Amino acid sequence: MITIEDLNKIKKAGEDLVLVRRVVQEQGEELAKKTGYRKQVLVCGGTGCTSSGSKKVIAALENALVKNGIEKEILVVKTGCFGLCALGPIMIVYPEGCFYSQVTPEGVERIVEEHLKNNNIVKELLYAETVHEDGSIISLNETRFYKKQMRVALRNCGVIDPENIEEYIASDGYQALAKVLTSMTGQDVIDELMKSGLRGRGGGGFPTGRKWSFAKAAEGDIKYVCCNADEGDPGAFMDRSILEGDPHCIIEAMAIAGYSIGASKGYVYIRAEYPIAVQRLTIAVNQAREYGFLGENIFGTDFSFDIEIRLGAGAFVCGEETALMTSIEGHRGEPRPRPPFPAVKGLFGKPTVLNNVETYANIPRIILNGSEWFSSIGTAGSKGTKVFALGGKITNVGLVEIPMGTTLREIVEEIGGGIPNGKKFKAAQTGGPSGGCIPACHIDTPIDYDSLIALGSMMGSGGLIILDEDTCMVDISKFYLEFTVDESCGKCTPCRIGTRRLLQFLEKITSGKGEPEDLDKIEELALHMKASSLCALGQSAPNPVLSTIKYFKDEYLAHIVDKSCPAGICKSLLYYEIVPKLCKGCTRCAKNCPVNAISGEPRKPHKINRDVCIKCGLCVKNCKFNAIIKK
Amino acid sequence: MSEKSVHGFRGTAAQEHQLRDVIEKHLKQPGGLMPVLQEAQEIYGYLPIEVQSMIAEGLNVSLSEIYGVATFYSQFSLVPKGENRISVCLGTACYVKGADKILEAVEKKLGIKSGECTENRLFSLDSTRCIGACGLAPVMMINDDVYGKMTVDQVDTIIDSYIKKSRKGGENA
Repeated sequence: MITIEDLNKIKKAGEDLVLVRRVVQEQGEELAKKTGYRKQVLVCGGTGCTSSGSKKVIAALENALVKNGIEKEILVVKTGCFGLCALGPIMIVYPEGCFYSQVTPEGVERIVEEHLKNNNIVKELLYAETVHEDGSIISLNETRFYKKQMRVALRNCGVIDPENIEEYIASDGYQALAKVLTSMTGQDVIDELMKSGLRGRGGGGFPTGRKWSFAKAAEGDIKYVCCNADEGDPGAFMDRSILEGDPHCIIEAMAIAGYSIGASKGYVYIRAEYPIAVQRLTIAVNQAREYGFLGENIFGTDFSFDIEIRLGAGAFVCGEETALMTSIEGHRGEPRPRPPFPAVKGLFGKPTVLNNVETYANIPRIILNGSEWFSSIGTAGSKGTKVFALGGKITNVGLVEIPMGTTLREIVEEIGGGIPNGKKFKAAQTGGPSGGCIPACHIDTPIDYDSLIALGSMMGSGGLIILDEDTCMVDISKFYLEFTVDESCGKCTPCRIGTRRLLQFLEKITSGKGEPEDLDKIEELALHMKASSLCALGQSAPNPVLSTIKYFKDEYLAHIVDKSCPAGICKSLLYYEIVPKLCKGCTRCAKNCPVNAISGEPRKPHKINRDVCIKCGLCVKNCKFNAIIKK
Repeated sequence: MSEKSVHGFRGTAAQEHQLRDVIEKHLKQPGGLMPVLQEAQEIYGYLPIEVQSMIAEGLNVSLSEIYGVATFYSQFSLVPKGENRISVCLGTACYVKGADKILEAVEKKLGIKSGECTENRLFSLDSTRCIGACGLAPVMMINDDVYGKMTVDQVDTIIDSYIKKSRKGGENA
């Protein structure tokens, strides 16, 4: 059994080591002297950087350190996500805070020799934004990507080694659990959460404190705590990054939830597609058991709690709370009607609290820093921060955490670094297949729960996909509908048939067969689906279509009336044309056309027969005079 | 389904023994069916009807329920997977960067559709939801190797390199 004294002892022993990574360079240099390590090298071991080859970088780093005989002075730490996934693999050297991006094994050898051994920073390998024109180096937190961010849920991601519980403890880990178990009642915890204004980060935005109070009030000898780590929104990876970078904070928060509502067992339901997250969470649960933060009589109190990890098997609907519980019970993951709500009758028929990963990640901070601190961040109705997975047509693809109320413009133009290739911002998609889009005219909207709903979108779990002028909004709606058709579980008719019918309308429109009244029919069908589907999947499936019709009706009409796709994406509506003035009659296009759709006499302008053309684009590739254009 | 006859059940006694152990381990666990199916798929690579029957008998659950669960979740496969598993990410971030064209090119190259396995069992192809490597979009995975920022032109060369590497490919060449 661990005591609070033991906890503080471990904290004290590791504190300086972790603090080097959080303070400014001068302070860090002082601290580093006490730690026994001259420098620390943090390498991202998250999914993004691992995919870009960070394992090879780490191996090269370790080899190079030994080769230069400095392996004892330099500490190598494999962390979770730093956020700037597009520039992976990423490596940060402390106490200087030097941010090396797109590191290669060859680059590592130079960094070790020149920087780590001889103290000469390799400027040309640094992230360009951290080097001033005059050659001076600016702190990472001053770069456009990080400046407006505020890290609460991601506090430890990219800072600590997620596989080392002592680094978590050194960063105030398990202090919140100790405080709760020794000086607060379950009701105190719930009151604190209520005051903080924390709302569920999985999409719904339900006040977390209220949810817990319902489960606490529910009668039952056995209760459960669940964590929803079934992050299914395609293009979202917030929860994965938290689990990969800071798994212990989820364990700590779940134990706090267990204490507050009177549960002694927790389940984490996690996507099997996230092998690194599963592995790190498993290690963390085992370490927590070993140290006594899970198990019997935690901190010598009569509170006992343990966690079991359950893997999903690839079903989007299991992100819905009742479907998730049905799946843990070992059945087809179909949702159940509510009420009864899970707080009253949830997992195995018992009262259950179910929160999303990011919601849990906020809780230890709220307990330690107080509800006032938390509620001072954000807007009137939305407190705290929100993590977004920024993706699509944006320069700085990655993971960002911003205070609620930050505008979309700040995210796109400053943090995101704008749209690549000089293209124009068209819209941002939030909430994935359940959400909608925010068009360019609303780019100054502050991001919080209520403003997004007012625009016909939703916060969702945090996928934020940026679309540029080359994106066809009808095609994007079709993409999301294909997804929901695939993922509809089939239990209720409005969703099973409704999503398919909606998709058929969109297929009709994108293939040039749409009729003006189709838009009215879509809207009518959507209303019925929203009103009568069993769960949020079906109720929100029409959102992407409705919001694109709302803001981009002209684009739908272009497809329906003019039979053209303004963005040039919908293949059936495209055609190729030879510009007679430019065509030299070289016959190359006609020779290369796989369906003989091009005819003409040599040295005279050729013509494309649109009825035969299959729009493969080979003629464009083969034309030496740029005489063939796509329309 | 005509493909089924191509892929006859080739389970071994050792695999069956392993499966029995897995069933034993999860027999008392509430909601243990999913972990059993997941581990069974690890042993056999897929969940043919023969394996489902053994699980039904071992857990004392009806075969129809097992079949219901096995067909509900996209990670469970009733057809075998290839020696090399290709998955093309069709998450939103990859889609807006043209992942559908990559998938099309792979389908053309292998002559199979997404969700199928080549007759020589060398390759199976799936489209997946987001694998979380959105910074590298569009992304294709072959086994554990991730190919990021893919272009259609790279598809041929990458797949050919696996044909060369593969034992069976060596025999055929």
